[in-house]
Amino acid sequence: MEYEYWAFFFRWLHVLSGIMWIGLLWYFNFVQAPTMPKIPDDLKPAVGKYIAPEALFWFRWAALSTVATGLILAALNGYIGQALALGLTDNVSKHATIGFGMWIGVIMAANVWFIIWPKQQIALGLVEAEAGAKPAAARMALLASRTNTMLSIPMLYAMVSAQNLY
Amino acid sequence: MKNPLESLPMTIAMGLVITVAMVCLVSAIAGGGV
Repeated sequence: MEYEYWAFFFRWLHVLSGIMWIGLLWYFNFVQAPTMPKIPDDLKPAVGKYIAPEALFWFRWAALSTVATGLILAALNGYIGQALALGLTDNVSKHATIGFGMWIGVIMAANVWFIIWPKQQIALGLVEAEAGAKPAAARMALLASRTNTMLSIPMLYAMVSAQNLY
Repeated sequence: MKNPLESLPMTIAMGLVITVAMVCLVSAIAGGGV
């Protein structure tokens, strides 16, 4: 099959994974977190025990899949080195732009796997922890998730502009 | 003092500021490039 097709194929997988990831990130930040204080206490376990763990499963694996397919795509397109160097080696706008997007995406995925997921496991009671540790873990998970929401704005600007402006 | 990330509008505003900073950095890196 044509080489260009495989680059497109991995771009397609990258977009599918990215929509799953950022869609769930925005669900957590724009819907679930602001709504939780309004939910009656007897209904809260429906979110904490059933919806959130399932959403977090798809969220963290979509994050990993987005980064993996993105790196494969950058390699197939022949600019992975220049992009990871933020265009400093060749002063090409497309490479600088996609490079910023890639690094922000990698930081966001690391945030998911090394901060948000471990803290959510404590906050939701999915792992053993002291009862007093839950509120602190929940706050840390929220702030880390908000950090990713903030970073998603420049990350998506970089991704879309690298594809369309240059 | 309240952490600005606790507010969704502030989160979005900071994301927009970072976007502008990023565009300026790209321009600085590859301003004369393609």
